[in-house]
Amino acid sequence: MMMYPKISIQNLNLSIRKQPILKDINLDIPPNKITVILGPSGCGKTTLLKCLNRLIDLEENIDINGKIILDGEDILNTRKDLPGIRKKMGLLSQRPYPLPMSIFDNIAYGMRINGLRNKGVIHQKVEHYLKQLSLWDEVKDRLREPASRLSLGQQQRLCLARGLAVEPEIILADEPTSALDPISSMSIEKKFVQLKENYTIILVTHILRQAKRLADYVAFIYLGEVIEFGTADEFFNNPRQDITKEYIRGIFN
Amino acid sequence: MRKKLLRIEEIFFKLLMILSLAIVVLVLSIIVYTIFKKGLPSLSWEMISQTPKGGYYFGKGGGILNAIVGSVYLAFGATLLAIIIGIPVSLLLNIHLKKFKRLVDSIRGFFDLLCGIPSIVYGAFGFTIMIFLGIKASLLAGIITIALLILPIMINAMDAVLKNVPTGLLQASMSLGANKSQTAFIVYLRQCSSAIITAIIISFGRAIGDTAAVLFTTGYTDNIPSSLLQPSATLPLSIFFQLSSPIPEVQNRAYASAAILTIIILIISLISRVLSGKYNKHKIS
Repeated sequence: MMMYPKISIQNLNLSIRKQPILKDINLDIPPNKITVILGPSGCGKTTLLKCLNRLIDLEENIDINGKIILDGEDILNTRKDLPGIRKKMGLLSQRPYPLPMSIFDNIAYGMRINGLRNKGVIHQKVEHYLKQLSLWDEVKDRLREPASRLSLGQQQRLCLARGLAVEPEIILADEPTSALDPISSMSIEKKFVQLKENYTIILVTHILRQAKRLADYVAFIYLGEVIEFGTADEFFNNPRQDITKEYIRGIFN
Repeated sequence: MRKKLLRIEEIFFKLLMILSLAIVVLVLSIIVYTIFKKGLPSLSWEMISQTPKGGYYFGKGGGILNAIVGSVYLAFGATLLAIIIGIPVSLLLNIHLKKFKRLVDSIRGFFDLLCGIPSIVYGAFGFTIMIFLGIKASLLAGIITIALLILPIMINAMDAVLKNVPTGLLQASMSLGANKSQTAFIVYLRQCSSAIITAIIISFGRAIGDTAAVLFTTGYTDNIPSSLLQPSATLPLSIFFQLSSPIPEVQNRAYASAAILTIIILIISLISRVLSGKYNKHKIS
């Protein structure tokens, strides 16, 4: 179908308290593309993301089976080096969660956790990532101020910069613009388009127009099942399933 | 008609609340007023700078420096010991064991129970520990006993705030490659630093004010302890001994001692306010 996948999800089943949430998910996520996971609220999109970076381990009463292959290794059925697996995937959540520390320390935290001690290098990298997210000019005079004083839009860009600072290969974005105003949302979307050159991006959203603007590939999930998966062009212009057609035309409940 | 009833109801409950507030403030004011009115005339530099001379408890010279120093040593020691145990326990409950909800809830219930046990029981338990360890009534025995007494109080107070840290913060930190312990000691402690300081101060207040638990375990002496294995005087016991004297002058000194205890707690809580204000600014709401 396409190039060698960055992540391959194979026969993934997941249930919470014996209640099936994800049913036999099979997806091949291509590298350096934006793959949008589209679907109505409560269909299991967020749960799927949590499986990828193993944050699902924090939940109770989970039954899970299947495989998630990243760079040839199954990352779902392993117990070793979970921090290393998580570090490969930057996470952007529904509302920004800056860490309870200064703007500077928010970016430096991940580097320090991962063993970087050289102050000069840290400083250089903080500046680099803030510039990459066009935040530098806005915050360069207040790096020591609490991150909580930034606007929500700035906080979300800070969270993205913080994620990039630990040098991931993949960006997992879980409805990252849902708490933001339209202008902040657009600036995050623009960043995604720039970032896909170097990162594989998986974007969960329920906003159809956002999916149309950004997607290279689309997976449509409904009630825990992948209904349709293909290139954005195929998906929006020539959907195969009736249910997908209804969702795209907006007559879907 | 209904509107009018609602207004009367509103006024009634507002008055009730104001009345309750007034009662609380009034009672506490009377306590503080009595302590200072009876105590201040007897309060002198001699009292806070000297240990009791012979015959102090019959109205002769000297002071209660032994009890002041003893109480401060004891409360600091016990609080420190409780922090060393209490912070890891409350972090463990809220991060590492977070997903074992049943287990955590039963441990919480257990700590609630421990909070309700009277301090004399802790004193008796401390006494058995002393015998087990083969030590006499001493500062060390008192510190251990008081630490056990304040531990559940401290853990409960910390747990109440750690419980409310948004899961998003845990996920954010872990997705950057941090493990649970790093997240606990860096992110959670910072997020809750001001509330944790408050929890520590509440515990310190309990530690310095408790009488029953130190009765058997710390003993009483007119000297300032110079090692952990020596017995030590404490302010609450010193108040008790002076107040039980038939001599009015000595009784007044008991109030002066109570005033000193109150002032110590006031100073500690002022310091904690300043500290918690300072650390609160990074909190993510």
